Amino acid sequence: MIDIQNVHKVYNGPNGVAALKGVHLHIPAGSIFGVLGQSGAGKSTLIRCVNLLERPTSGSIIVDGQDLTQLSPAQLRAARQRIGMIFQHFNLLNSRTVAQNVAFPLEIIGYKPAARRARVAELLDLVGLSDKAEAYPSQLSGGQKQRVGIARALAAEPKVLLSDEATSALDPQTTRSILELLRSLNERLGLTILLITHEMSVVRQICDRVAILEHGEVVEQGKVSELLAQANSRLAQAIFPKFDAYSARPGAVVATLTFTGSSAEQPVLSQLARQFMIDANVLAGNIESIGNQRIGQLQVELMGDQIEQAISYLRGQGVRVEVQA
Amino acid sequence: MNWAQLGPQIWKASVDTIYMVGVSTFFTLLLGLPLGILLIITDRDGLVPIPWLNAILGFIVNLGRSLPFVILLIAILPFTRLLVGTTIGSKAAIVPLAVSAIPFFARISETSLREVDKGLIEAAQAMGCNLWQIIIKVLLPESLPSLVLGTAITIISLIGYSAMAGTIGGGGLGDLAIRYGYQRFQTEVMIITVVLLIVMVQLVQWLGNLLARALSHR
Repeated sequence: MIDIQNVHKVYNGPNGVAALKGVHLHIPAGSIFGVLGQSGAGKSTLIRCVNLLERPTSGSIIVDGQDLTQLSPAQLRAARQRIGMIFQHFNLLNSRTVAQNVAFPLEIIGYKPAARRARVAELLDLVGLSDKAEAYPSQLSGGQKQRVGIARALAAEPKVLLSDEATSALDPQTTRSILELLRSLNERLGLTILLITHEMSVVRQICDRVAILEHGEVVEQGKVSELLAQANSRLAQAIFPKFDAYSARPGAVVATLTFTGSSAEQPVLSQLARQFMIDANVLAGNIESIGNQRIGQLQVELMGDQIEQAISYLRGQGVRVEVQA
Repeated sequence: MNWAQLGPQIWKASVDTIYMVGVSTFFTLLLGLPLGILLIITDRDGLVPIPWLNAILGFIVNLGRSLPFVILLIAILPFTRLLVGTTIGSKAAIVPLAVSAIPFFARISETSLREVDKGLIEAAQAMGCNLWQIIIKVLLPESLPSLVLGTAITIISLIGYSAMAGTIGGGGLGDLAIRYGYQRFQTEVMIITVVLLIVMVQLVQWLGNLLARALSHR
């Protein structure tokens, strides 16, 4: 749905800062794609390049088959009307009521007043704010403001939603409810969502895919579940704190086991005990819920005569095993 | 002291002042606001950066604001004659009043428009708005309360300037105060005109505040 191809962005100025250095990303239709990075990594620049609020210095931005960098100003405005965007600070018009804010993009694309009213009512219902139609933004809480922002972004029925740190100004509970809303919109409307965030919890809660941006470069990208299954991926290391080194007792082996997908549902450790007469001593562990699956990491000390066989059995079960040297 | 004679004079002077200030305010808003809009959109980080145009406009505005009103009044007499065919009377006073207030209001509206959150403009651009839609649907409505207060300030300056315009035969309360209160030592007339000017200024500020508050939804 969105293809970011070799995008460079250099800011003119005394130092000529390079904010993006050859970014490639492919965001499949219907996915929720997170770009994770520290402040200053270039993620804000990146998401602004997708609807050309910032023009890339070089490279192409292809949204729904159209290379935005090649469009005339009028064509670009038409393309932007099909890309929704939500913001960290909501960016609602204070001079307009909630309903008028949501109607704004509909005015721009030339909806007739009656059609506009009907669509606004539908959208406010979608985000659960029907009773606030006549309120002004200043009378709303942060979470409600972002719901208005979402309704406004979806007004013109875009296929793509860009989210610029949309939950960073919200408290954890409100963040969760906004993310749930985004997830349900993604499922119900088939909306493709590209979001940038510095919060791992956002990626953990809703993203299917993630790219990690550092100093203007993508250092890692892929499916969240696959990256987490690799104990040495940056994502896994960021989510799972590194286990302390542990000196194994004579004859024992210390290993880090990463469970994902179906292996997380199997009672593998008790199988080890039964099939291979292995004693497993759990030294440390984390179990996380990512999207709708569980992922866990255990540091275990394995003792017994059939350790080799036990480890290959674990690998056969889809458990990733790293033996501590 | 002859009230029967003075009453109608004071009435006429008040009407003249309101007429001068009213018409010059109209032209000030008509030309000053677009100038203020041009100043912010052609700015280096504006919507349509045109630095050379911005520099020229800024220079003209500063020029207009650096001339003391009394000097401007006299300096542009030929221009006044060209525009309204005379240099005497309330109608002639409107020209220098507007000429001095346009750059003043341009700066005031520029400041108001600049206060509009950049994020709102970015959001409008992201929705596919063109320049005109951003000005009409975002910049102006969002800065309206502040523009109303700026207009009140401008009207109040115009009331003050209109009294000065009276000195060269512009009519109005200033003219009355000078001819009767100063030149004929009729202190009562001076006091009455001063009170009327104070009332006008208070009224304008009060209405401005009221309107700005009603329009603001912050």
